[in-house]
Amino acid sequence: MLKDAGLTAFVAAALGIFVVGFRTVDVGSRTGLEFDYQFADLAVAVATIFLGRLGLSLAAIGLRWPAIGLGVVMIAAGASPLKMPSGFLHWFVALGGVLLVIRAMWPWANDVATAASRTPSGELFRRAGAKWSGGLLLAAAVVMPFTPFGDQKTMDLGVLILTYVMLGWGLNIVVGLAGLLDLGYVAFYAVGAYSYALLSTQHGLGFWVVLPLAGMMAALFGILLGFPVLRLRGDYLAIVTLGFGEIIRLVILNWFDLTNGPAGIGSIPGPTLFGAVFAETAPPGKQTVSEMLGIPFDGIHRLIFLYYVILVLALITNLFTQRMRRLPVGRAWEALREDETACRALGINPTNTKLTAFAVGAMFAGFAGSFFAAKQRFISPESFAFIESAIILAIVVLGGMGSQIGVVLAAILLIGLPEWFRDLGNYRMLAFGLAMVLIMVFRPRGLVAHREPSLRLHPLRPGGSG
Amino acid sequence: MAYFSQQLINAITLGAIYGLIAIGYTMVYGIIGMINFAHGEVFMIGAFISLIGFMICSLLGIGSAPVAILLVLLTAMAFSAVYGWAVERAAYRPLRGSFRLAPLISAIGVSIALQNYVQLVQGARPKPGPQIVTGGLDLFSIDGFGVRVSWLQIIIVVVTVVLMAGFTWLIASTSLGRRQRACEQDMKMAALLGVNVDRTISLTFVLGASLAAVAGMLFLMYYGVIDFFIGFLAGIKAFTAAVLGGIGSLPGAMLGGLLIGLIEVFWAAYFSSEYKDVAVFAILVLVLIFRPSGLLGKPEIEKV
Repeated sequence: MLKDAGLTAFVAAALGIFVVGFRTVDVGSRTGLEFDYQFADLAVAVATIFLGRLGLSLAAIGLRWPAIGLGVVMIAAGASPLKMPSGFLHWFVALGGVLLVIRAMWPWANDVATAASRTPSGELFRRAGAKWSGGLLLAAAVVMPFTPFGDQKTMDLGVLILTYVMLGWGLNIVVGLAGLLDLGYVAFYAVGAYSYALLSTQHGLGFWVVLPLAGMMAALFGILLGFPVLRLRGDYLAIVTLGFGEIIRLVILNWFDLTNGPAGIGSIPGPTLFGAVFAETAPPGKQTVSEMLGIPFDGIHRLIFLYYVILVLALITNLFTQRMRRLPVGRAWEALREDETACRALGINPTNTKLTAFAVGAMFAGFAGSFFAAKQRFISPESFAFIESAIILAIVVLGGMGSQIGVVLAAILLIGLPEWFRDLGNYRMLAFGLAMVLIMVFRPRGLVAHREPSLRLHPLRPGGSG
Repeated sequence: MAYFSQQLINAITLGAIYGLIAIGYTMVYGIIGMINFAHGEVFMIGAFISLIGFMICSLLGIGSAPVAILLVLLTAMAFSAVYGWAVERAAYRPLRGSFRLAPLISAIGVSIALQNYVQLVQGARPKPGPQIVTGGLDLFSIDGFGVRVSWLQIIIVVVTVVLMAGFTWLIASTSLGRRQRACEQDMKMAALLGVNVDRTISLTFVLGASLAAVAGMLFLMYYGVIDFFIGFLAGIKAFTAAVLGGIGSLPGAMLGGLLIGLIEVFWAAYFSSEYKDVAVFAILVLVLIFRPSGLLGKPEIEKV
């Protein structure tokens, strides 16, 4: 056990010795770089990893209390005013301790949870949770702007989370239902955003006119890009979509005449409410919303309006998906995900079926994109890098592929929490990447792993496992 | 003609670097059928270790360029190999037998994590590399346009050729290579015959990572500047090279790397340098559509 922990620590030291131990810093002279030695940091990190691995081994052979003790010591060390080489290490040590304690408690907590859900009231609670959690979340989302929480910051965050929920639901059609791994989803988002930005700034079209056009445009791109590549197998498809995503970003970046290149497009008009604009003073011939409704002007009205727009758009996406799953084409998507060869044998045309999923997913990304442009009022190619596709994919995967409520939970977790901890800066992307790995390792089916089959051969018996 | 020759020399140099990275993709795909999305990041870390290695060499007063290059080469190979091993052990091995897309998603996670890890510990600013090898050889000149091959380019091509030859020998005629090929053909059967499959897969990652580290060092010396983001683009291009040559085929990866180098350099030289990456991505898409098995690959048979 000690040997195992020692080996892990040794590997950690080998990983870190150069990249962590020698930090290269600019000194501004001709020579360029100099070292800033960080061996103390490395030593603390390696020691933490040694203890953590030791604790995990203890927990694995059932010595729960020593493992918990070790975890508590680590948390205490992290939280103590003990001088460490950098502030990050406090977090690192403490988080290691927290993870260790969780791991040590896990079997016990699992037993308790299983036992609780077996009791009649637990069963009832679980059923009710599965049935009503969506409705409760929706109700919370609808009243949110009118509660004391509905301030500027929270509303901003709400709009952001809902945008990702909508994108997640859109991608869920492609990845979760049809089983096509799309790593270039952000390309369609970009198409929608640029459609609205160009049509509104150059042709003066309003948001509500362009919205369906942007969706159609994105769907058209989905069909154009999807048609040649959808014959490919899973991981090849993933890479080709990644390539397409990058091609579209590079074209936007370099096509100066149309897109203004890296400088982006600014002063995009926001959405209007029955023709009235959200501003303190209206442009000639227009009316402001506060004049129309006879209320005093407040900057937050625009935000609340945007919040409801994206809420409705997201709900449409969800509703559409739910209905599609009951139509033959939706069933074909899911069947195709499970077994393509069998589908072919049954006479389903795989290419056309995949193409519809691809196009529908792209359409919703287009809607979300034009909403994004209207909200930001400024877009540039920077917003449509590969990492966005990865984040949306992570939301779908973390939520449990194909699960609608899972996407909401994952979006709150992955977008909401990091925004809250903005101060953590780059650490949040590091944690994000690690979280993706950990979820795949420990819960490859996602947070909400249970998914109702669309079709049952036998109706559900009460109390049965289905 | 002179311009063409000069571009050809540049293209071969670049192609050599892509070829070295592509081998890692093609071997991993050959043995466990997954796209190791984090491979580009290992290349990037190899470049960083090389940068730090060169700086340590100059601190220690190792003035001789061949000694420094050899030392740094071996160090970067060894320590990047640890990254390759650790990534496989921590992020891919637990997923063996999980659903099809799980390793790919995990690999994307590793890639994001490694990028941000290097950004955190080394900073986001581009790092200038050392000038180890300067000067070159003037080959010939036509109408006042001289064709020149730098010593550095010669070193890059020689190192690549030597490593690829050694590597081909390793796979073709050592017991390690035999085990590797056995696992590639039929993992279950190889396990029944006493091959330690887990160890062989680990070794595949270690070998791929150390070749990527060499590519990282050569990249650092050739371009003279690196940052934490170089792995993404170089990784996709090398993957394109592997696909173009026929994924799973070693000579294919080398050929593909060379072709991608040629396409990129000549596109930039004769058409537009802004769209050179688009050209490479377009090649990737076209190859996958019209010849998914690549130039030298075996067509895949779908079993039911």
